[in-house]
Formats: sequence, C-alpha cells, structure tokens
Amino acid sequence: MSAMANTKVAELGHKALGLTDADVLAMYRQMLLARAVDERMWLMQRAGKIAFIISGQGHEAAQIATTWPMRPNQDWLAPYYRSIASAITFGMSPEDIVTAHLAKGDDVSSGGRQMPGHYGAARYNIVSLSSPVGTQVLHAVGIAMGAWVKGEDVVALTSFGEGTSNQGEIHEAMNFAGVHKLPVIFVCENNGYAISVPLDQQVGGLSVAARAQGYGFPGVTVDGTDPLACYAAAREAHDRATRGEGPTLIEAVVHRLTSHSSDDDQRRYRDPAEVEDLKQHDPIPLFASRLAAVGLLTTELEEQYRAEVKAEINEASKRAEARPEPDVATAERWVYAEEGG
Amino acid sequence: MAELNILEAIRIAMDEELERDPNVMVLGEDVGRKGGVFGATEGLWAKYGGKRVLDTPLTEAMIAGAAAGAAIYGLRPIAEMQFADFSYPAFNQIVSEISRMRYRSNNAFGLPMVIRMPYGGGVHGALYHSQSNEAYFTSTVGLKVVAPGTPADAKGLLKAAVRDPDPVMFFEHKKTYRLFKAEVPDGDTVVPIGVADVARPGKHLSIFCYGYMRFCALEAAETLAREDGVEAEVVDLRTLRPLDTETVLASVAKTGKALVVHEANRFGGFGAEVAAIIAEQAFEHLDGPVTRLAGPDVPGVPFHHSLEDWFMLNPAKIVEAARGLVAY
Ligand SMILES: Cc1ncc(C[n+]2csc(CCOP(=O)(O)OP(=O)(O)O)c2C)c(N)n1
Ligand SMILES: [Mg+2]
Repeated sequence: MSAMANTKVAELGHKALGLTDADVLAMYRQMLLARAVDERMWLMQRAGKIAFIISGQGHEAAQIATTWPMRPNQDWLAPYYRSIASAITFGMSPEDIVTAHLAKGDDVSSGGRQMPGHYGAARYNIVSLSSPVGTQVLHAVGIAMGAWVKGEDVVALTSFGEGTSNQGEIHEAMNFAGVHKLPVIFVCENNGYAISVPLDQQVGGLSVAARAQGYGFPGVTVDGTDPLACYAAAREAHDRATRGEGPTLIEAVVHRLTSHSSDDDQRRYRDPAEVEDLKQHDPIPLFASRLAAVGLLTTELEEQYRAEVKAEINEASKRAEARPEPDVATAERWVYAEEGG
Repeated sequence: MAELNILEAIRIAMDEELERDPNVMVLGEDVGRKGGVFGATEGLWAKYGGKRVLDTPLTEAMIAGAAAGAAIYGLRPIAEMQFADFSYPAFNQIVSEISRMRYRSNNAFGLPMVIRMPYGGGVHGALYHSQSNEAYFTSTVGLKVVAPGTPADAKGLLKAAVRDPDPVMFFEHKKTYRLFKAEVPDGDTVVPIGVADVARPGKHLSIFCYGYMRFCALEAAETLAREDGVEAEVVDLRTLRPLDTETVLASVAKTGKALVVHEANRFGGFGAEVAAIIAEQAFEHLDGPVTRLAGPDVPGVPFHHSLEDWFMLNPAKIVEAARGLVAY
C-alpha cells in the first residue's frame, strides 16, 4: 500500500457523492474499528469469555456505507446478527458491543438475556433483534408506517441475508412497504451462503434486487466491498424515502470472511480455493488501497488509525469486563410492564 | 447391540429408513452437504444424493408445506426444523394443514410425515435456541408428538414415526444429543408410538418425565434412594400424544403420588394435561397433591449462565420437589 500511496491514480469519486475527504477517511476508520471489535471478540471467544460469535467480517463496507446517510436520533435501524458495523454507525460503542457479548447485567441490548450478536438499543433507535431470521424486516416497515401515519420525517433501514430474503415475511414486508410507499430501506447483505447453502440453492433467479420490480420500487445490486457504491445507493434510497417516493431494496454483494459462526466450520462445505480467495475480497484492504492511491491515506495515517482503534478496543474490553454480571433476582422481571416502571 | 449416543441413533434410524424405503426423503436447512447443524444427517447426502437428502432454502413454511405435499404424493418425508424455536414460520402449515388434512378430507388424504425438531435448553442458546414448545403441538389435535430420552428410543421411535400413517412431531432434546451412550439394538427394532416406559420401578412416588428430564429424573431417583430411602418410580412418557394413560394411571395407583416434570414453562404446559388426567382418573389413589415441576414462566431461557442455571431444571431441583411431595 505504501508503494501505491505516491502514485495518484483515478479519482475516488467521493466528492461527486457529496462526501468530503474527512468523510471517507472517517468511514475507513470506522471499518477498522468494527473489524477490531469483531476480531477481539473472537479472541475472547477462544479464551472462553464469550460463548459464541457470529461475525460481520467482510460486511463492514456495505454496513458502514449504507447506514452513513442515516440521521442519528431520527432514523431507525432494524439490524441482523452481522450488523456490528451498522450498529456502530447508529451509536453503539465498542464497549456497548463487548458488554453485550459478555452478557453483562447492564448491557444495553438485553441485560445479558440474549445471545451474542443480538444487537439492539432503544437509546440509539436500534430495534431489539431476536434469532428467527427476517422478523426484524417487518418491524422496520412498521416503524416506517408509524412515521407515515404521523407525517414525520423518519427513515427505517433494515438488513438481512440473502437466505433470509426467502422467508415469507420478507415478501409481506416488501409488498406492504411498496403499496404505501413507506420510507424504508431494505439492505440485503448477500454473502452467497446461508450457513452452508449456496445462493443457487437458495434464490431462484439468483437476484434478490430483481424482486423489487414486483413490489413497485427500485432494487439495485451493488458491490458490497465498495463503500462508495454502497453509499451512493443508500444516499439515493434515503433521499427517495424522505421525498415520500417509497422504499428501495439494496442488494450488497459481500463475502463472508469467517465461518457462519463460532459453531461452524466452513471448510466442510466450501471449496478450499474459494476459502483461500476470500482475502482478496476483504473490503478493508481494498478500500485502503483506493484511499492510498488518491493520496488520502498515508502510511502514517493508517498507522495512527490502527493505533487509535487498538487503544479504543483495549479500553472498551477492559471496561466491559469490569461491568457487573446480571442479578439472578431480576430474572423474572419484565415479562410485563411493572407498576411505576 | 451397539453403544450409541442419541445423535448417532437418530442418524442411523434415518439412514436405515432411507435404505429400506425409496419413498423416504430428508429435507431441511443445511441437512445436505453440511450434514445438519448438529450433524444428525451427516453422511446421508453423500450416500443418497441431493434429491433424497435435500438442502432447502431458509424457509420453514416451505419445508413443512412441501413435505405435506410430498406426503400427499406418496413420499414419506422427514422434515427438519433446524431448531424447534424456528418452527413458527411453519406453524400455519403444521396447524392449519398438516394436523387437519385427514379429518377434513374425510380420510381421503393422510400425511405420513415426520417433523424433527431439536428443542430444549442448557446449551447457552438463550431465548431462541432453547425453547421447549411441545405444548403448542400436543394441544393440536391430529398431530402425534414424540420426545425420546434414550438412544434406543430415539432410534426405534424415529423408525416408528417414519412408518406411521399420520404426521409425527419428533422432539429431540439437543442437550441429550451427546450426553451419554447406551445400548441400542441393531437393525430394524421399532419402538411403538404411544407406549410409555417405566424407566425405574419404585413405590413412594411417581415421576413423569420425557426427553432430557428422563436423565435428570433417574439421577434424582438415585439420590432419593441413597439419601432418603425413597424409591421413586420414573415413568418416561416417550410419546406425549397419544399419551399412554394406562401406564400413567397404573403407576399412580401403585405409588399414590405424582410429580410431573418438564422443562417447558409451567402455565398451560404439557404437565397440566398429565396432572388433569391423574386428578380425574386416579383421584382415589392419590395420597398427595399432583405436583408439577416445570420451567419458570418467563418467555425463554435467558442467556447469561447464571440466568440459564436459574431457568433449567436439574436432578437437584427434582430431588427437592420429590422430597416435598413425599413428606406431604
Ligand atoms: C427462521 C429461522 N430459521 C433458521 C435459522 C437458523 N439460521 C440462522 S442464520 C441462518 C442462515 C442465514 O443466512 P443468510 O440469511 O444468508 O444470512 P448470513 O448469515 O449469510 O449473513 C440460519 C439457517 C434461524 N435463525 N431462523
Ligand atoms: Mg448469506
């Protein structure tokens, strides 16, 4: 990369999208941060501190760029279990995320009640996620319906995998959103696998985006390793939503760099050459070399970011680990609302 | 005789049924190339090919509904729900269609099919990978519901389920998959649906259980015998519907005390039905209140290990409940 830093090649094209140099560097730094948190949690999983990991590695560019146009404390996210980087854009801190993975008593997502990867936090407008896939998509549509009914300027974004896109609820969600032109953005993070089942055994027609036509709104396929392509699609989707023109379906083609989860071993069903090739599709070095090529990311800046991010995750995990465990005496609370609560 | 764990027994049962009957097929998410997320179908895709061991899209309504269609067509599908917790997208097919098909068609269409579902907690699976949701299905007339607790029963009951003319919900407690090994008869030994098993004879109280609770109840019975001189009779129901009422009542007639144990939450759980049957039909034999020991009434097993331990039943909790009942 340092070799490339001097050779200014083609334009990055970010300015045409309304992004400043500082914006694209901030996006890159946030990708590094999401990756660092993710990698740290795998280490904690191996050390026996975290029971289970389901990773966002490989999805960071798509997540950061599609959530980038979303307005803090105004727009909403109905995430899925890989949405680590999207959750960061919406405000979850590394400490929040590690705390949730450690199932501590004051974790913002569930107070230690949910498994790792079940993002959610009322304070950041991130809807609490369950495990049955795709259920969150209707929640995003419902939030958008709420804003539409009340005439308020809110956009809801929801993300899900291409395997999940085949659930009946996804059809119900998209159809309804199409009927009323609801302000919702559907982001399908297509990584080519649903655990072991590849795209061609999963999606007849091979395109999730193409389905949008039938629902009466645009569906676009973007290279999910390219944050600028993802941003352009999301910017347009957000603008459409706020103009009252309705939903957009963005299919971001990404690569799942890890096994499905810490309980899975993808070498059992993926071709070794394909697994080997995954590194070529890591969005972080791909974006770094583009930023370097236009002279935005210098070796010094890269080193500075990495050092900052490392310090941040070190501090975050130290603080998360020191947080209190859940109190068993509270286990029966919050089945229903409590008086005065 | 081979020493197998429950997971191996289930796999061998499917293998033997696929081998025996060309109409048998397996379908579900990740059941093919990967061999299932728990390994229950390992090797079957390679042996029988991708049509008879079919990796489906991630869509449970399709899995259940297409299995029903295939059964109408003459196949004997074994459908897998990856977790019992994820059967709800298929609930409409199971409840509206599969359970009612024979009755509504005046016996023109029957559905010989099995839906296998790993269920139960104690595996750090939290609210959505730990559910014991058998009561939804036991309360649905037209379904048979089976929940084995030993490798031999798992194998023999799965074979019976595949050959049954009606839809069978087959509950596999995931914590028992690799919990222990036990003797399993070789070859084609079928364990009939609808027959309970007196896992341990006793005289002071009856403990009614199924699935993982059989293991826990037997341990509890050991402790009670050793420490209290109490002989608990452990009755493994094995089939929840149709329930072997005869064996249940005979046990109560013998011991006079009934403790019904299940991991699913208490209110409206399957234990309520067992307790009601005993109260109605064995009243004169009862020498104490029919007692239920069940999971707490919260919407799922919470994740943190201390919360999960709080939720889960175990031998010690059964011993405590049994002592209370014996002392009554
Ligand atoms: C309704 C339901 N069925 C099955 C599962 C088990 N499961 C969890 S993730 C997953 C695969 C999801 O694949 P995809 O939607 O492509 O998302 P990815 O994990 O690839 O990002 C499956 C089958 C589940 N969580 N929910
Ligand atoms: Mg996928």
